[in-house]
Formats: sequence, C-alpha cells, structure tokens
Amino acid sequence: MRYMTIYKSVEREAPPSQEHIAAMEKFIGEISAAGVLIRTDGLLPSSRGARVRLTDDGKLTVTDGPFTESKEVVGGYAIIDVSSREEAIEWTKRFLEVAGSGESEVREMYEQPAFDVDPTQPSLHNTASRR
Amino acid sequence: MSDVNSAIDAVWRIESAKVIASLARITGDVGLAEDLAQDALLAALEKWPQSGIPDNPGAWLMATAKHRAIDMHRRSKLLERKHEQMVPELEERQELSVSDLDTALDDDIGDDLLRLMFTACHPVLSTEARVALTLRLLGGLTTDEIARAFLVPEATVAQRIVRAKRTLSEAHVPFEVPRGADRDERLSSVLGVIYLVFNEGYSATAGDDWTRPALCEDALRLGRVLAELAPTEPEVHGLVSLMEIQASRLRARTGPKGEPILLLDQDRGRWDQLLIRRGLTALARAEQLGGERGPYVLQAAIAACHARARTADETDWERIVALYDALAELTPSPIVELNRAVAVSMAYGPATALELVDALQSENALKNYHLLPSVRADLLMKLKRFPEARGEFERAASMTRNSRERALLLERARECER
Repeated sequence: MRYMTIYKSVEREAPPSQEHIAAMEKFIGEISAAGVLIRTDGLLPSSRGARVRLTDDGKLTVTDGPFTESKEVVGGYAIIDVSSREEAIEWTKRFLEVAGSGESEVREMYEQPAFDVDPTQPSLHNTASRR
Repeated sequence: MSDVNSAIDAVWRIESAKVIASLARITGDVGLAEDLAQDALLAALEKWPQSGIPDNPGAWLMATAKHRAIDMHRRSKLLERKHEQMVPELEERQELSVSDLDTALDDDIGDDLLRLMFTACHPVLSTEARVALTLRLLGGLTTDEIARAFLVPEATVAQRIVRAKRTLSEAHVPFEVPRGADRDERLSSVLGVIYLVFNEGYSATAGDDWTRPALCEDALRLGRVLAELAPTEPEVHGLVSLMEIQASRLRARTGPKGEPILLLDQDRGRWDQLLIRRGLTALARAEQLGGERGPYVLQAAIAACHARARTADETDWERIVALYDALAELTPSPIVELNRAVAVSMAYGPATALELVDALQSENALKNYHLLPSVRADLLMKLKRFPEARGEFERAASMTRNSRERALLLERARECER
C-alpha cells in the first residue's frame, strides 16, 4: 500500500540547525534502509510560492506567498510503501519526533487495485483514465 | 482487532527482523531467536493495551527479548553439563551479550540483518523453506499471510518453517555473512528467493488472480533493504532495478475485469514513473559499480529498454536482442531463448523467430511451459497461419494454471477463427 504523508507546521523563519538536519538525515536513512521510503522532499518557504484557486463561479485567483493567513503551511511530503495504515502512522510518528511540532496528514494513495475495482463506480474510473 | 493491537502489528512489521537478527547473533540459533522475539511480541500484546505503546517500541521489544534470552541462559546453566560440547561457545556469546548488550544490539544491526538474510536463504534449505523463512523472519509476515500469498494451507507453511529452523540448527549453519568463493553462490540464492517472491506476485502461477501486488511490495521492500546492506554488489542493485521497473507496470497490466494486459498493449501513461525512475537509478548504480554484467543487471537493462520507450513502437528491439544474447551466454536456458525469440520477432520479423521457437520444441524443461505454445501461436498468427495458431493458443490455455491467463489465451484462439 502506498501512502502520502503531508507535513504541516508553523512556518519557521530560521533555517534548520545542523543538528536538526543531521537528525532528519538519520531518520531518512532508517526509513530508506527499511525499504519503505519511495520519495520525500522538503518545501521551500511559502514566500516563494503562490496559491491558485478556482471558485464555483469559475473565477481564477492567484495569491502570492507567504501564506500569512494560514497558521500552518505544508512543509514537506513523503511517499511510502507500507503494509498497513497503522504502519504508515507508526512511521509518521517517528518522523514527527524528528521534524518537530506540527501535523502530518496520512493519506492512502489511489492505486489501481488488481481486481476489486467496482466498474460501476465512475469516479474511480475517471481517476484511473487520467493517470 | 483493537487499535492498539493493529498498532502493535505495525511496530512488529517494522522491528521484528532487527530483533530476530540481533538475537540470532547472541544465541547463534535463528529458531531460538525467533521464539524469543515472539515471546517479546506476546509480552507487548499483554502490556501495551494497558500501558500504552512505549516511546521507543523497538527498543522495548529488543530489551524484553534480550532479558528472556538471559533468563533462559541462566536456567539452562543447570543443564550445562548435559550439553558440554555446546557450552563454551554459548557461554562466550552470552558473556558478550550481558556485558555490552546495548551497544552490541545497536551497532551491528545492519550486519546482523545481512547475516539473517544469508541464513534464511541457506542452500541447505529447500526453495519453499527459504521463501517461507525469509518472508517470516525478514518480511515480518505471519504464517497465515504467507499461506494466503502462496495459496497453501497455513499448517503447511508452519510445518515448513519449523522444519527449516530445525534443519539450520542440525546442520550447524553458522550465523554469518559468507566470504570468499562461497559468497557469490550464497548471494545468488538470496537474490533468487527475493525474485521468486516478486514473480509469484507479478504473475501468479495459480489461482484466480493474475497478480498479487502485496507480494511484489514485500519482495521490493526486501530488495531495497538488501541494497542498503550490500551496497557494493551490482547484482543486488540489478535485482532492485528489475523489480522497480516491473512493478511500475503493475497497474497497467490488469484490465478493469482483472484480465491480463500484455506489455505491448499496455497504456504506458499508467506506468508508475516514480518507480521507473527508481529502477533506472538502481540500474545506473549497478553499472557504475562496474564488472561484468550479471543476470539481474542484464534483465534490468532489458526492462529499462521498455521503460524508456514512450510507445511500444519506439522500443529498441535490437538492443533488447543484444542484451538477451548476453544473458543467454551467461545463463543459458530455454526460457531465456524463448524470450530472446520474442525480441527477435520484433526486431527481425516473425519468420526468423519461429525458427528459433521451433528449435525449442524438444526442450524437456519447456514441456509444461504454457508460454512456449503461446509465443509460437503468436508468431503463427503474425504469419497468418491461423489454424495452427489457434491450436497452439488452445494448447497453451490447457497448460496454464492461472484462470485469468487461460481466459486470455482462449480469447486469442477465438480470434484466429476469423
């Protein structure tokens, strides 16, 4: 099973300390050595990003960062292969211990299952055909 | 299952191999190590629902198992005189384990895991036993999960594991990473076991499912772990590359009704680019390490040719034929020849390939291999020899034990009637 974990925290001004970076590298080493980590990246400050929104009435707006109106912003993500939701949660706990206060969303990624696709569910099919 | 119990399962999945590997080094006995680790798991299942899961659950499991080992050793001291030949060695190990337990447990965990892999795949064991033991000890799978994956009764798997542990102990298989001349052969046994698990998931040999992706994931995970443990072995990266690239096609090779979709008919937009990239990276790593390309590196290079082609028409078939030539020279086998023939048909036309396939007809090893008539049928069809093609598809259908594949082959036989 593949999960994406999305880490949100209060945006920190200061760059991470050497100690913090070393601890994170150690954790990434462990989760890679366990054959679990598929990919992970940290994100640069939101001041370098933007939010693009489409409203119900079809209006597109672009708001430049930083996202000062949000308490917590996405700071990074990981894609992991695990055998259960609980395992994804366990790895996420360990990640948070290293990453520091904040919240991780743990979400199963849609993967075309071999057989249990219900062909009567159009939403799944639309997703599948767009891949 | 309660939340705590499934959380304990998750911890077990992550930690069990490390706990077993460390204990196996201390006790010198893989079977005993697993029993002790299981005791620790039972203790956790008893304790954690009340106390909550400890901050460092892995260390807790390790410490608990370790204490059991020491208790047991103390108790067994009473029996020492009866086992005099065993005592000195065990004693020495135990002294070491009691004196600097924690450092010993932490430091060499990678080495211990590697030792455990080599031991679980020891040639003294049958292939089935190696597979069961590897999934159990290193993959953290339960006996029941292994049984379901291989469609055999749980009792059979349990039996296999018990017997395997006994065999290892009776044969006095040392808990070590083999060195010297032995190493290559032993490594190829480890790689063979992992690839066998992967293949059983990738094209299930029996049953109603064409693929069982969970097994592929287990094998991939083991392969990635091995690549971290033995980073200088090109064949390890070759195997990982091969599995990553093949797994990238998992969701494209099954249709909405569960029917198989063959490589050249797959919607390449559905290939998993993340896994392809990992596969190509692993292949590059293997090639950087240099040396003569081994069978897994060659197979990975073939898989990479497909992965790099954006459409089936863009496939570099001539390169694939050349890679198969190298593979056939290195590991001559009728199955490699058959695959080579398929590549030849794409590169140089079906008539040339049919000659190669016909030459394989008398191979004993392919007597029950459904892909021989299946490939032959395909070539005959391309040559517009429809009645012969139909007969061969039907023959192939009668030979496969996978119902999805059978349906596909019968469908193709019907196409020949037009």
